[in-house]
Amino acid sequence: MISVFKKELNQFFSSLTAYIVLVAFLILTGSFIWIFSSTSVMNYNYASLGQLFAIAPIAFMFLIPAITMTSFSDERQSGTLELLITKPLSDLDIILGKYFATLALIVIALIPTLAYYYSIYQLGSPKGNIDTGAVIGSYIGLVLLGAIFASIGIFISSLSSNQIVSFITTAFSCFALFWVFDFISSMPSLYGKLDNLVKSLGIEYHYENISKGRIDTRDIVYFLSLIFLFLWLTFVSLNRRNNL
Amino acid sequence: MLSIWIASAQNWNVLSIEVNNISKYYGSQAALDDLSFHANEGEILGLLGPNGAGKTTTMKILSCFLTPDNGSASIYGLNPVESPLKVKSILGYLPEHNPLYGSMYVRESLEFIAELHKLKNKGKRIEEVIEITGLGPERNKKIMQLSKGYKQRVGIAQAIIHKPKVLILDEPISGLDPNQIQEIRNLITELKSQSCVIFSSHILQEVESICDRVVILDKGKLVANDIISNVSQMTLAGQNIFVEFAEAVRLQDLIKITKDIRWEKKTAKSFMAQSPAGIEFREMIFDFAVANNNKILEMRSSKVSLESAFKTLTKNKES
Repeated sequence: MISVFKKELNQFFSSLTAYIVLVAFLILTGSFIWIFSSTSVMNYNYASLGQLFAIAPIAFMFLIPAITMTSFSDERQSGTLELLITKPLSDLDIILGKYFATLALIVIALIPTLAYYYSIYQLGSPKGNIDTGAVIGSYIGLVLLGAIFASIGIFISSLSSNQIVSFITTAFSCFALFWVFDFISSMPSLYGKLDNLVKSLGIEYHYENISKGRIDTRDIVYFLSLIFLFLWLTFVSLNRRNNL
Repeated sequence: MLSIWIASAQNWNVLSIEVNNISKYYGSQAALDDLSFHANEGEILGLLGPNGAGKTTTMKILSCFLTPDNGSASIYGLNPVESPLKVKSILGYLPEHNPLYGSMYVRESLEFIAELHKLKNKGKRIEEVIEITGLGPERNKKIMQLSKGYKQRVGIAQAIIHKPKVLILDEPISGLDPNQIQEIRNLITELKSQSCVIFSSHILQEVESICDRVVILDKGKLVANDIISNVSQMTLAGQNIFVEFAEAVRLQDLIKITKDIRWEKKTAKSFMAQSPAGIEFREMIFDFAVANNNKILEMRSSKVSLESAFKTLTKNKES
């Protein structure tokens, strides 16, 4: 697993993928927090990283599919998947190696944003007037969110040998799992009956909970079970090669 | 006592690959239908057959990429379905079309594969393999920059880096020029001493020149499995005869001798005759020459090559 992990990370950084993802993520989040006047923390008058955690899921929805679309689709198309599978590796080694490499890239993309925290910490009046607990919770939420999106992306990428199909399907699925349950729960016919249940099926509900700095096992279990589900589906999908 | 032991050890062929009654279906179509064959240690086995005969499927099953629907395979006693990791660690496999990571450097890709095999002394072995496959001058290039012949060498280097006991090469020489073919051919022959090599090809002369034994498949079924000279003999039941007369002969007159012979005109005086099994027609030709006051300058039975054996054995498919 470790050799696949290293190879994937090497490939990210030897091609443009990693750099584009990192730069795009920082430009996107940076401009919302510091530059655009309607969302800038300078005009907001509260020392908060809220903007980062509001915009990051949207950035993830586009950037993570761009990372994962190469993972299996590309290998399937170029035939190198056969090369990997026929080496002394289990299917699980290959899936986890690729998954953790994607996750590592996501974490690497998040690290520079700690500078935002430091800046706002310094700018606070009095200095340090920022809810650090909520920030830590939000970062955990963000990593878990990236972890779910990565597992969705890896799964979808294992279904198709076409990278564009993988990208669009993953982006759409992430969007749907994040928001659609929230939209449905706000329909008047569900009000007061199933609205909470429907809402709790979506990722946003749990992401918001964690972002408040309240780490609840129910939310963690939700995140972990979705990740597990999609990785297991990837495993099933890799085995499907026998019936094609 | 010792000499008896040595003698018996020499006669004892170690079975390195056994394929027992394997079937594989893609949907309702049978890619392999009750296929059985075996290969011995120190042997080069050629896998032949027209497109879609099941050569690649067979190799994919042996290399643990696919699982058979029925039957089983065994590589040094290990079942690829039950213990894939062990099988994969003693097996070198070059898939069809030679997939490679184009963005990696030659050395980097070999390091990656060596790492997957958890090789000790990685650096030394990589140098050895680069030397064996003649990749020296290209070692610091990216794989995507290499010519097809060098890419093929990288593929082979990756397949042999862990000194596999069984080497499976799917069309290793397709698309190479004659010089490169010669080099790869030498390489495969050298590898024979350490491993059992299974090798598929469309180029029959290749199989004829390097393989000890040949398995011919057609529509997923085994049609021949023998040493090359025997396979050629199998189809020798019919005869090919070349005849040269002293004076010109009309084709129509020759056809009249007997219906069963197929004649082919080479020149006005020389002809090729092909007959099915069991018909001796050389005397008839002689009588024909005498009756027409002609003379026979040459009459010889031509050697049936593997190529014509292949054509005959897989005729249904071709026609």
